[in-house]
Amino acid sequence: MDVKAIREQFPILNQDVNGHPFVYLDSSATSQKPISVIEAVDNYYRGYNSNVHRGVHTLGTKATEAYEGARDKVRRFIDAESTAEIIFTRGTTTSINTVAYSYARANLQAGDEIVITPMEHHSNIIPWQQAAKATGATLKYIPLQEDGTLSLEDVRQTVTDRTKLVAVTHVSNVLGTVNPIKDIANIAHEHGAVIVVDGAQGAPHIKVDVTDLDCDFYAFSGHKMGAPTGIGVLYGKKKLLEQMEPVEFGGEMIDFVNLYDSTWKELPWKFEGGTPIIAGAIGLGAAIDFLNEIGMDQITAHEQQLAKYAMKQMRTIDGISIFGPEERAALVTFNLDDVHPHDTATVLDAEGIAVRAGHHCAQPLMRWLDVTATARASFYLYNTEEDIDRLVDGLQKTKEYFGNVF
Amino acid sequence: MSFNNLDTLYRQVIMDHYKNPRNKGSLEGDILTVDMNNPTCGDRIQLQLQVEDGIVKDAKFQGEGCSISMASASMMTQAIKGKKIEDAMKMSTMFSQMMLGEEVDEEGIDLGDIQALQGVSKFPARIKCATLSWKAMEKGVNEG
Repeated sequence: MDVKAIREQFPILNQDVNGHPFVYLDSSATSQKPISVIEAVDNYYRGYNSNVHRGVHTLGTKATEAYEGARDKVRRFIDAESTAEIIFTRGTTTSINTVAYSYARANLQAGDEIVITPMEHHSNIIPWQQAAKATGATLKYIPLQEDGTLSLEDVRQTVTDRTKLVAVTHVSNVLGTVNPIKDIANIAHEHGAVIVVDGAQGAPHIKVDVTDLDCDFYAFSGHKMGAPTGIGVLYGKKKLLEQMEPVEFGGEMIDFVNLYDSTWKELPWKFEGGTPIIAGAIGLGAAIDFLNEIGMDQITAHEQQLAKYAMKQMRTIDGISIFGPEERAALVTFNLDDVHPHDTATVLDAEGIAVRAGHHCAQPLMRWLDVTATARASFYLYNTEEDIDRLVDGLQKTKEYFGNVF
Repeated sequence: MSFNNLDTLYRQVIMDHYKNPRNKGSLEGDILTVDMNNPTCGDRIQLQLQVEDGIVKDAKFQGEGCSISMASASMMTQAIKGKKIEDAMKMSTMFSQMMLGEEVDEEGIDLGDIQALQGVSKFPARIKCATLSWKAMEKGVNEG
């Protein structure tokens, strides 16, 4: 994989920040966008901006073809059987909330269980807390092992015949843990439960085959995989989506509207009320083309190499704590002794290095780790070992700086 | 290594308050207790005020956060102790002005060590760290 050529596709990387060449290590928050995506959005607005699925004019038809073409690209990207199973949403949060509002509220009742894990992002916790409150179902957690992974034995212990829904992240945005989705899906199905996968940190980095994983729902965001913000995907098995009620009602999603009652369009449009995120979907299609051209397996291999290199180099720093398992996705969450992560991030920023600091929208996990905040460096296809060297150097300087002022 | 820009943020006096916080702990008796956190970053503070006859007799804080938020809490408690409530609130307004990089109308009130936090205004991402304890104080006064 030619990382230098890839980097040239990301104009934003070619700049100085605070007098230093920019190093972007915050792709888990949002990825940078390749030129092809920026141009796809630009071309739509300059050349054929029109609403979709209505009207007969030429540009409207072109916009509809591009929008629905993007849906088919998504279908192929995650190996779904049908475009009926690909719903465009605003992002992972909306995707999960759609399942929580539509599926969970209709199918759960008092005495049922929802099973999640303590490593979830807030967006895969709170929708289930609210669904549990609304239905009287009980929310249960699969405990984490000491290294921040799940054991299938614990999954089996937690999921029971009362469990109707299991929601789990594909990849932890803090620990980097990659969960065994296929095995967890098996266990859920043995008990007649459905599985909802938060793929926000999965789909951008790992080849996802929803048919092979046998997950019932898989949610992810475009902006973490090179596409614009504001576009996301909810994959759902057709037989489940068919029995689900829409969450938003209005234009676009209707079949017949009478004075006192209405009927819905078929899948996937019944879940896409209102004018959809047309430019975003087209941008997502372009991002998928970009990733496919490089190859998801190549991207994963490159990231794995970066993760290993980062772990090795960062461990050489005295007084660093690294959270999460050895085998991990391409992110490293850490703290320096006696330096608060915000202060670390501020010093790194002065060196032109962007990292995340805070609770990473995972407060329960922060409490499990017994910290209030951490710093995180996350990598994507455009990052290099030199970026990691700059980070390590920046961390040494951070220690030195705070060592001097004390 | 040149961190001139950083030195405007991390002044010696700030690091001193961070390392040796004043008024850290808790109060007993007839006191006001305010809990406040910064949901975007996880910083949190518990501020306790003992107010008698409109005067802040004592102030203590506990919490967790970055150097700026903890140093600011230390300086804030130091500054408002012994002050009239109105003056403490005035200082809070002055502090907000300082964080926005605006001209501060001192009205005969000496901000003392707090002046050292002026540099925070040049780091927009860190302003909320510095204002956390002041917001807690305002909340305590308004609700108390």
